[in-house]
Amino acid sequence: MSVSFVPSAQELLRFSPEILLALVATALMVAESLMKDGSSRLRLAVTAFLSLLAAAVLSVVAAADPGPAFSNLLAVDGFSTFFRILVCAAGMLVVLISSSYLREHGHESGEYYALVLFSVAGQCLMAASNELIMLFIGLECSSIASYVLAGYLRDDKRNNEAALKYFLLGSFASAFFLYGVAWLWGASGTTSLSELRRLLLDPSSGVQGTMTAAATALLLVGLAFKVSAAPFQMWAPDVYQGAPAPVAAFLSVGPKAAAFAMFLRILMTTFLPIRERWEPVLWAVALATMVIGNFAALHQSNIKRLLAYSSIAHAGYILVALTAMSDTGAAAAMFYLAAYTFMNIGAFAVVTWVAGREERHVELMDLAGLARRSPAMAAVLSIFLLSLTGVPLTAGFFGKFYIFKAALDSDLVWLAVLGLLNSAVAAYYYLRIIVMMYMHEPSSSAEPLPAPAAGIRLALAASVAGTFVLGVAPSLVLDYAAASAPMLR
Amino acid sequence: MSLLDILLLIPAAGALIALVLPADNPGLIRKFTLFVSILAFLLSLGLIGPVGANAARYTFETDTVWIEYPAIRYHVGVDGLSLWLIILSTFLTPICVLVSWKHIEDRVKEFHVFLLFLLFGVIGVFVALDLFLFFVFWEVSLVPMYFLIGIWGHDRRIYAAVKFFLYTMAGSALMLAAMIWIYNRAGTFDLRLLLDMLRTGQLSFSAAEGFWLFLAFFIAFAIKVPLFPLHTWLPDAHGEAPTAGSVMLASVLLKLGTYGLVRVALPLFPEAARGNAPWIIALAIAGIIYGALVAMVQPNMKRLVAYSSVSHLGFVVLGIFTFTQVGLDGAVYQMLNHGISTGALFILVGLLYERRHSLEIADYGGVGTVAPWLSTAFVITSLASVGLPLLNNFVGEFLVLQGAAQAKFLYAALAGTGVILSAVYMLWLVQRAFYGPTPEPVRHHVTDMNPREWALVLPLIVMMVWMGVGPQSFLPAISAQNRQVLELVSGKPALQKSAQEVAHVR
Repeated sequence: MSVSFVPSAQELLRFSPEILLALVATALMVAESLMKDGSSRLRLAVTAFLSLLAAAVLSVVAAADPGPAFSNLLAVDGFSTFFRILVCAAGMLVVLISSSYLREHGHESGEYYALVLFSVAGQCLMAASNELIMLFIGLECSSIASYVLAGYLRDDKRNNEAALKYFLLGSFASAFFLYGVAWLWGASGTTSLSELRRLLLDPSSGVQGTMTAAATALLLVGLAFKVSAAPFQMWAPDVYQGAPAPVAAFLSVGPKAAAFAMFLRILMTTFLPIRERWEPVLWAVALATMVIGNFAALHQSNIKRLLAYSSIAHAGYILVALTAMSDTGAAAAMFYLAAYTFMNIGAFAVVTWVAGREERHVELMDLAGLARRSPAMAAVLSIFLLSLTGVPLTAGFFGKFYIFKAALDSDLVWLAVLGLLNSAVAAYYYLRIIVMMYMHEPSSSAEPLPAPAAGIRLALAASVAGTFVLGVAPSLVLDYAAASAPMLR
Repeated sequence: MSLLDILLLIPAAGALIALVLPADNPGLIRKFTLFVSILAFLLSLGLIGPVGANAARYTFETDTVWIEYPAIRYHVGVDGLSLWLIILSTFLTPICVLVSWKHIEDRVKEFHVFLLFLLFGVIGVFVALDLFLFFVFWEVSLVPMYFLIGIWGHDRRIYAAVKFFLYTMAGSALMLAAMIWIYNRAGTFDLRLLLDMLRTGQLSFSAAEGFWLFLAFFIAFAIKVPLFPLHTWLPDAHGEAPTAGSVMLASVLLKLGTYGLVRVALPLFPEAARGNAPWIIALAIAGIIYGALVAMVQPNMKRLVAYSSVSHLGFVVLGIFTFTQVGLDGAVYQMLNHGISTGALFILVGLLYERRHSLEIADYGGVGTVAPWLSTAFVITSLASVGLPLLNNFVGEFLVLQGAAQAKFLYAALAGTGVILSAVYMLWLVQRAFYGPTPEPVRHHVTDMNPREWALVLPLIVMMVWMGVGPQSFLPAISAQNRQVLELVSGKPALQKSAQEVAHVR
């Protein structure tokens, strides 16, 4: 096979979302250094938003002609396109809710948006990679930008703590992943996912041994950390609580969705031939993640921490979809991530707004009587929480429905039933927030809340629309997910 | 778009319109909601003629695709079983608006939006013929009730609301799992299609499968009914809810459980239903007696009525699981009776509360001397609840006991004690609250009924008498549908069914 070092136009198109995001991110950093202190950074936010939109559009354009790129390092298929659009959409929503928050804290600058774009670029790469080293590059690109974002308000102690924790633990996880890749390479001599799959399917290749199993375990550790699955979920509550609220929104969705894309691609393609080795592990991890997330969330008093545990529980539900090991399972996971993006960013957007300057109002008590102080915002947050609970006519319901249906399809009755009962437990802590907002009076010292900024309003409108559209007409997304799930292999 | 679709649409559209009405004009919102709910009631009356003519079949059917895959259909229809329950819901909603006219002062808009949304949910449950749609409405009806209790309830409202939500949610989780299992076996959620497949043998459940599926559905329904010992959420929810919430909860929401038993659990799993009947009947009878005994010692009027509901609903479950025509007819009739008489009791207790601001029986006494008409209405309702002949509950309880006696005389003997006990707690309540010396606060605060209050109590009393004297206005439609359910449960061949269909055509 002759390898040309000049990429063809077709390959460039297939890689164009990442190229665009990286270029704009660099330009934003340059622009920041040229801008005067104190001048408005709104233009930078708009640029970041538009470039994410453009990246999503480019992903769709590139998907018109699916196929590999750069000697099979990338695979542009329906699956990668779905996740590219998803992480770009998450990035757009986060940019919308960040702008006013950063301005309030006097820290709005081009670097923030550049970091978001770099992180999203990494996530797009994670979704599209078909090779372990590329996956690792995408993962690091996304993670390193996220570490910086978590500590973005550098004068804030909580931010620093969150960033340091995230960085240390995240680096360990990355190292595990990379170590796994190295072992795999040692055992098989390749890092290409398709090639590995071929070798694993071929009994005469001799790569099915202990070495591969150990390498798989290492990869699973790295991935489990990135999706905050038990027993590697410890970092999530601390980091979400400490990081700025919009960043916590971002961390809970973007990197997680991309990590699940990796998870799906690696497990469902490459390691499918040796599934009996790791399937029981995944069952246990899924169940433990749901149980730990839900039960730990029950008595949290900090909203951000509560949402962090809730996002751990949701990772558990998605893992249930993964354990189904079927195309319907993959489609269910994809649908769930789309639904989760809207409802979780929506919930965090309201929290960002309530938190106010220096995030003084992030305790559950601070939401007391919100229905009186701002009926619209209370109603909107209730919609997201009901969706997270899984009440019909919202996106979360169909998300859960498809996941547990996929589990039952694969005869995992016990896991489905335990998962459903878990979601009944979850109802309790989501209800606690609604109870606070609607059934308690505002505390006498509550300051009047400012009207939400235009960006937050826009993000909320989009999230509410997404939550209801997916809750009433789930086919719109599910059909696409179902059509692209089988393309994985 | 059939009449039924419009009936379903009206409360939903009404709720959305009420949402954009100005919040600072409570009068407008009240009138608008009253208008919408009366409109829904009048429309629902239009169902009687066409459905009554052919009560064993679904009328006003609409069947279109909602979601392609998995095949979920918007399939609605109404038959003799759901007809009166729908009308009961639409009949009580305007009454609930009226009873809250002065009672609800706070957040008037939200209250009425939730009330209309609740009506939308319960009508949806009664008309859904697709299991998935049934589940969606089942859950949808949960949310507004949660808010009604939690926001406008009494002191311990939050505890009660959360308990109510979590109990139902836990049951629903099991039901959803069972539904998905059925779908995976049959490839459809459509109730009629499922029954056809069961009849022709295209679909069959093994004994173990049938047992677990039945149990999942049964627990979900039994929590809602509520069947002893899953009833503990009910006294709290009732005791703490505002009057309108208690009325809707007792009269309509509890019926979702018993309706689900007859509509879904029995026809889909006849063998499991028969096999498990003995212990279910035992629980029902335990509930009848236990509910009555606990009601007797309640110091709080609302909790007393709530425990009486546990007892009354025990009769309904008993009637259903006798698998006799009279028993089942009586059970369904008793669902309606309980809706009317317990609804009326909650309203009258609510009227007392508005005056005296207390639900403790000990705070009352001699109300009869200061408010004779209110007392008269209360006594009539109590007698109806007790099961006095010529009033509605008598008919239902009599039929249920007859059915129970046909099944096993012991059942009837045990359940019969419930009737006696109900007389004890109700009449004792009447005696303590309405007779005897009148304490000063009662003399001072308790006035007789005003025209608005008459307007909401009188229709209920009329219905108690009508349903007691002329059950033939209601029973034929119910019986026709029940006959079909029984044929399915008793496993008689389809031949008999077609013979009956021939008779209908004739």
